Amino acid sequence: MKGCIRVIAMRLLIEALSAFAVPLLVAFVLIHGYKKGVKVYEVFVEGAAEGIKTSVRILPYLIAILMAIGIFRSSGAMDILLVLLRIPAGLLGIPAEVMPLVLIRPLSGSGALGVVSEIFATYGPDSFAGRVAGTMMGSTETIFYTTALYFGAVGIRDTRHVLPSALMADMAGVVASVVVCRLIFG
Amino acid sequence: MINMVWLFLIVTGIVVAAVQGTMGDVSAGIMAEASSSVELFLGLVGIMALWTGVMRVAEKSGLVEALSRGIRPVLGLLFPDIPKSHPAMGAMVMNIAANMLGLGNAATPIGINAMKELQKLNPRPTRATNAMCTFLVLNTSSVQLIPATVIGLKAASGSSNPTEIIGTALLATAISTLAGIAAVKTLERLY
Repeated sequence: MKGCIRVIAMRLLIEALSAFAVPLLVAFVLIHGYKKGVKVYEVFVEGAAEGIKTSVRILPYLIAILMAIGIFRSSGAMDILLVLLRIPAGLLGIPAEVMPLVLIRPLSGSGALGVVSEIFATYGPDSFAGRVAGTMMGSTETIFYTTALYFGAVGIRDTRHVLPSALMADMAGVVASVVVCRLIFG
Repeated sequence: MINMVWLFLIVTGIVVAAVQGTMGDVSAGIMAEASSSVELFLGLVGIMALWTGVMRVAEKSGLVEALSRGIRPVLGLLFPDIPKSHPAMGAMVMNIAANMLGLGNAATPIGINAMKELQKLNPRPTRATNAMCTFLVLNTSSVQLIPATVIGLKAASGSSNPTEIIGTALLATAISTLAGIAAVKTLERLY
């Protein structure tokens, strides 16, 4: 009974957080900026232009990865992969539909974005798989690229325990995404 | 690595299509995917622009610095071997604050700068120090407050409530960061 109330309370808190986060943060940032003497309108427009540039930069990656996944899915290879992944997914308690995302997330950010949009298109953005995929995408990072970039910049070759630690954090994020979604969205 | 994955998806798909006789579906699928990715992009671009616009204001108004002041004491605990006033500490704090706000483009150069500062404290220049490993794991388990790109993608795919994953993502990311810190601090004694 008590546990049940706690779950409901947490669900309400998380739902409120999700609903309020964007409007409150936008209002806070803009008011704070105005009080600090930032020309909010001009700076916003300048930043928005940067965002459009970023999106344009993502587009070719999105096309490349969606095309590859499209071939993989329409040929029937995805169905075979999902059957093969059913057992490891079951052991971890992860829906098999999001397993492709689990595999690609540490490797490539744009690739993962492509896989997420494929999951949204196939199962629906508000399906359980869609919610888990979105949560996972927002809570894990591209490990190999970041490591190569940061350590490459200073010439580190012996990366020691970075990859095992980062992969453990990634796996924790994956499992947590599923568990949290199951608690919140049921 | 991503080259291998990409090629694997395409080649395996075509081989499976040849075996299963689904080549016609694949042919239609390629064309459909290429054009649907542009539709997806159109849905995404507005939200990305909105968000980077707001965050540019945050950057200009000194919100990154304000957030940095908040997280500096916590970070001090994680990096016992870095002197509190060392420039590496300042750069790491700024990098994490920028990452929290989703300012990826601003965070990366600061992060590389932090690495360079950490390298100055490194007695063996090709081997990562404990501090470098901890910093990198913090970075890869990113605590991002608003996952703007995936919200944009959710909205572009016709979600009735695209921001519903903010709370769940925040909770999941907190768990993954804690797990990462536990792992990196435990494993640093073994390597």
